Amino acid sequence: MGAQPEVQLAVSSVSKHFGGVRAVEGIGLSVRCGELISIIGPNGAGKTSFLNMISGFYRPDTGSIMFEGRDITGERPSRIAALGIARTFQNIALFSGMTVLDNIMLGRHVRMKAGVLSSFIYWGLAQKEEVTNRARVEELVEFLELEDLRKQPTSGLAYGLRKRVELARALALDPKLLLLDEPMGGMNQEEKEDMARFILDVNQQWGTTIILIEHDMAVVMDISDRVAVLDRGRKIADGSPGEVQGNADVIRAYLGTAKDRQEVAAA
Amino acid sequence: MFHRESGVFKTSYAADMALYPLPIAKWAVAALAGLFIVIVPLALDEYYVSILDLILIAIVGALGLNILVGYTGQISIGHGAFMSVGAYTAANLVVHLGAPFWVTIPAGGLMAALVGAVVGIPSLRIKGIYLAIATLAAQLIIEWTINHVPAISGGVQASIQVPRPSLFGTPLESQTQLYLFLMAFAVLAIVGTSNLARSRVGRAFIAVRDQDIAAEIIGISIFRYKLWAFAISSFYAGVTGVLYTYYLGIANYEQFQITVSIDYLAMIIIGGLGSVLGSIFGAAFVTLLPIVTRWFLESFGAFIFSQADLANIIPNLRLILFGSLIIFFLVVEPEGLNRLWRNVRNYFRVWPFSY
Repeated sequence: MGAQPEVQLAVSSVSKHFGGVRAVEGIGLSVRCGELISIIGPNGAGKTSFLNMISGFYRPDTGSIMFEGRDITGERPSRIAALGIARTFQNIALFSGMTVLDNIMLGRHVRMKAGVLSSFIYWGLAQKEEVTNRARVEELVEFLELEDLRKQPTSGLAYGLRKRVELARALALDPKLLLLDEPMGGMNQEEKEDMARFILDVNQQWGTTIILIEHDMAVVMDISDRVAVLDRGRKIADGSPGEVQGNADVIRAYLGTAKDRQEVAAA
Repeated sequence: MFHRESGVFKTSYAADMALYPLPIAKWAVAALAGLFIVIVPLALDEYYVSILDLILIAIVGALGLNILVGYTGQISIGHGAFMSVGAYTAANLVVHLGAPFWVTIPAGGLMAALVGAVVGIPSLRIKGIYLAIATLAAQLIIEWTINHVPAISGGVQASIQVPRPSLFGTPLESQTQLYLFLMAFAVLAIVGTSNLARSRVGRAFIAVRDQDIAAEIIGISIFRYKLWAFAISSFYAGVTGVLYTYYLGIANYEQFQITVSIDYLAMIIIGGLGSVLGSIFGAAFVTLLPIVTRWFLESFGAFIFSQADLANIIPNLRLILFGSLIIFFLVVEPEGLNRLWRNVRNYFRVWPFSY
């Protein structure tokens, strides 16, 4: 192995409590440029809460988050997005009345500059900007194979396609780090394969770092460089897919121990 | 307009994003502009032109309110008050400094925008009905302030005489001259709002309305854009107030009371929320409705009612009609007249092969 690529995201022992619930308890994670990391864990393990802290929706109670050497702990989500962190949601959050194109164009927001006055005048600066950014959006439309849906409102699209539009919108930001919260949830096998291919392409062609939350173990073990396992707000394992699969703590978190099962049976 | 897309192929993104992507639509708009700018003022007499003047003024105000309520999804019952801010700013500038219209109109707009942005600050924390109440409070506070501060209101009557604006040294005396003057601002507002709606800022407004969490995650600062929406909307309101003041020849707070705010809400609900064309339809409809009902009752009401009864019925009927129309549109066609127009258009687009 040559020189290790530099660390892009360094999360050090962040915690988040909601009343008495310890959603996240001292989790640390460091992610290198271009890595594809999966975060797995049983329901309620704190995976989404962890992503919410990186993207700025939750302010961590303790700990810090550094992105490219810059402290982003507790910054507003829109500021964090402008730095190049994009994300998708577990339950799709598209702008349902807008067309596919407009949704993806919105993803370009932080890469565009037109203010109120130039938007009002439009001809000149704003139009030029619309056209150049439209060209980038069309690349994404082609990449994600959405050509025939461009001008359709997203509310009428099938579930799998909506997920794909949401990915396109996140990619339109030209992110350095992409957070994907269950991009394959609720999909059938074929849609999952398509999505996995898109994710791998993004990671390999553009070198985008990806943090992925996913429940489908087959996919996770196939495409990830590294897997982190959370359970009840703590990180219990972190390593290559092979290492994690053999980890005793992980097996216990997912399947329980023989002793647990006896207790359950007795209860 | 009635047009068909077949046979038109766009070869650039700019062409695909044009306001009127089809050549025939451009011609139709040009014809319409010719009709309203050249033929209408020549053909109609003063009284009818003065009604059109009112519609033009209302179009500017309705577009402004639609940016805030229709596009950005922030409700406001303070639109009338922002108009009065513009009106009194202009009136004071005219009376004390003799300022011309090209100073008073932007100044009235900017002052209203400033006040509007301040009123918009609570919108970061409160939504829906609570925001409505906050803007209602603003309406009453502004009304009271103007009425009770002589420096603004110009004395006990709270009204300031304002002479007609003059262009190149000639005052615009006739209704037709005023019509063309107002038309310039209405066109500017229509084109500007259409541009705003189809570019970066307009998309951000719609994003804040549809899904504020998703808007924030793609880098749209919700707070900033809500304040912009309030400021822009109030700027339009301020300009409307100045234009109306010029039209009436007097700035008077009674012209901008809460019923005016409600009228403008009615315009955009009846016309169509989040639509430029809808704002125009709504402005025309709400302005014409009381005039038409009055005319209708005065012409035919005497067969049923006595003259004394009629005097009572006319103003109340206006309120009844308004209320029922708003309910009708909210229940039956929430997208308003604009949607009805689209339905008609889509029908004829494929006519006579509509299967």
